Amino acid sequence: MSDATPALLIDGLVVRFGELEAVGGVSFAVAPGEVFGLLGPNGAGKTTTIRVLTTLLPPTEGRALVAGHDVRSEALAVRASIGYIPQAISVDGALTAWENLDFYGRVTGGGGRGSKKERHARIAEVVETMGLEQLLAGSGTRAGASSSGTRATGASVSRSGRLARTLSGGMLRRLEIASALLNRPQVLFLDEPTVGLDPTARALVWERLQALREQSGTTILVTTHLMEEAERHCDRLAVIDSGRLVEQGEPAELIERHGADSLEDVFTSVTGRTLAPDGSESEEGRLSDVRAQRRTARRLG
Amino acid sequence: MSAHSAGPPAASAEPWSGETVLAAGALARLAEGTLAMAQAELRKLRHDHLDIVTRSVQPLLWLFIFGTALRHNRALSVGASDYRAYLAPGVMAQAAMFIAIFYGLSVIWERDVGQLQRLLATPLSRSAIVLGKAAGACVRALVQALLLLVVLAATGIGVRWSVDGVIGTLALLVLGTASFACMSMLLASVVKERERFMGIGQLIMMPLFFASSALYPLSLMPGWLHVIARVNPLTYEVQGLRQMLVGVGAHGEVWLDFLVVAGFFAVMLAAATRAYPKAIL
Repeated sequence: MSDATPALLIDGLVVRFGELEAVGGVSFAVAPGEVFGLLGPNGAGKTTTIRVLTTLLPPTEGRALVAGHDVRSEALAVRASIGYIPQAISVDGALTAWENLDFYGRVTGGGGRGSKKERHARIAEVVETMGLEQLLAGSGTRAGASSSGTRATGASVSRSGRLARTLSGGMLRRLEIASALLNRPQVLFLDEPTVGLDPTARALVWERLQALREQSGTTILVTTHLMEEAERHCDRLAVIDSGRLVEQGEPAELIERHGADSLEDVFTSVTGRTLAPDGSESEEGRLSDVRAQRRTARRLG
Repeated sequence: MSAHSAGPPAASAEPWSGETVLAAGALARLAEGTLAMAQAELRKLRHDHLDIVTRSVQPLLWLFIFGTALRHNRALSVGASDYRAYLAPGVMAQAAMFIAIFYGLSVIWERDVGQLQRLLATPLSRSAIVLGKAAGACVRALVQALLLLVVLAATGIGVRWSVDGVIGTLALLVLGTASFACMSMLLASVVKERERFMGIGQLIMMPLFFASSALYPLSLMPGWLHVIARVNPLTYEVQGLRQMLVGVGAHGEVWLDFLVVAGFFAVMLAAATRAYPKAIL
């Protein structure tokens, strides 16, 4: 990790729900521009950690900083600095792709004079970034230079078109990520972004995420069950088990440290669990996790 | 890792996250968020015309089956020449309340698919989210009410038409619908399963409807029911609508009806705003 001020800093994070300790003293830091993977079995505390970092849950103890802002005392500044994609598909299927983007552009943009023109310019930008030009091609809005002087992308996006619920799983995921980029977040949180996608769609999502990181220096924190994906795309990883951080480092470093052949072996070594061929745990997860994954898979077709 | 083929949008290199939205101020964010959610609801209705048609059937059934039957028998003395005219504001309020009360179901659905979590992780204030959701319910109720007004005009049912009356009617309907939508969101924050929510929603809606002046005057009620109807906000909403639309009211003081419904709205908005983030737990 570089010496720069971390994009994310968690120090002794504890989250309790009554008697249950979901996260028990987790600490790690993520450098700006890094792709950081959070691995762990179902119920390990990954989603709870993300919820604290996205200000959805207050920490019971410890400190968490996102883009330099404290999640407890500067929640609004944190929310203005992040993009968040939960595991389930959160795009509104009853709206078109453009309407979804317009909606999130409005709720994250703040409104005011000139905001519409700027919002449309941003929509054109994220459409280009996530490779959705084909989906939104048409004679609708021609997004030019924004009032703030941003570059005209020249992309033409159509406000009409198919409802989001008719799109393929890969397109839905890319549309969803595009909607989370409308406020040009410094940190992007992705909870299982490729769950339910076929290998081609998965590869395309990662290709666009890596391009985003290279272009904008966006820090990405991602949770995944897919070890091969984590090994290939994450700069560094942390493994959480039963609410505790049990290992962290670069993928190659972890493999070497544990004398393992793959990251999957490292996972087994530090958590004592094995993975099924599709990347899910061989033991069944909690009912809510299973239901959430099935629901997502169903929506992705 | 493969390289991205498209050229990088240069604008992305200058992150503006934070400053722009925070500089907009709380009120601007509240207005923008509320309008965005209302517009999204309108867009959904535009994509699904059948939804409006099916939703509009229920108040028409009340009006033309229940209303016609009681009018025919002259069973109720309601101070209006046509019982259907007396009933119209009642079914308008009831149909709007139906939309509002079951709007909480969408909160449970949105939590299940992650939309709620995403919204809560944006710079929108909690009150803006609740207000925006309530605005969504109001859009549906307004479209339904406008269709009902068109039917009333087309069938010549004795409504007292005036611009002030119609605007006042729609304004009070919006206030009432927003109040019940907030109540529904409060309920959805506590009851996290759809099936259970449906049961409790029915349990709340039916007593509110029958223990109000929607179908019959308060003067026909026995003492104990009269007391319940007097503390029922739907009673005041219906009375206000009836006064403005038909010219028949229990007391003729529309300002009091607005005041009671507005007070109910303020309480429900505050309670829902407080409880709403807990819906994700």
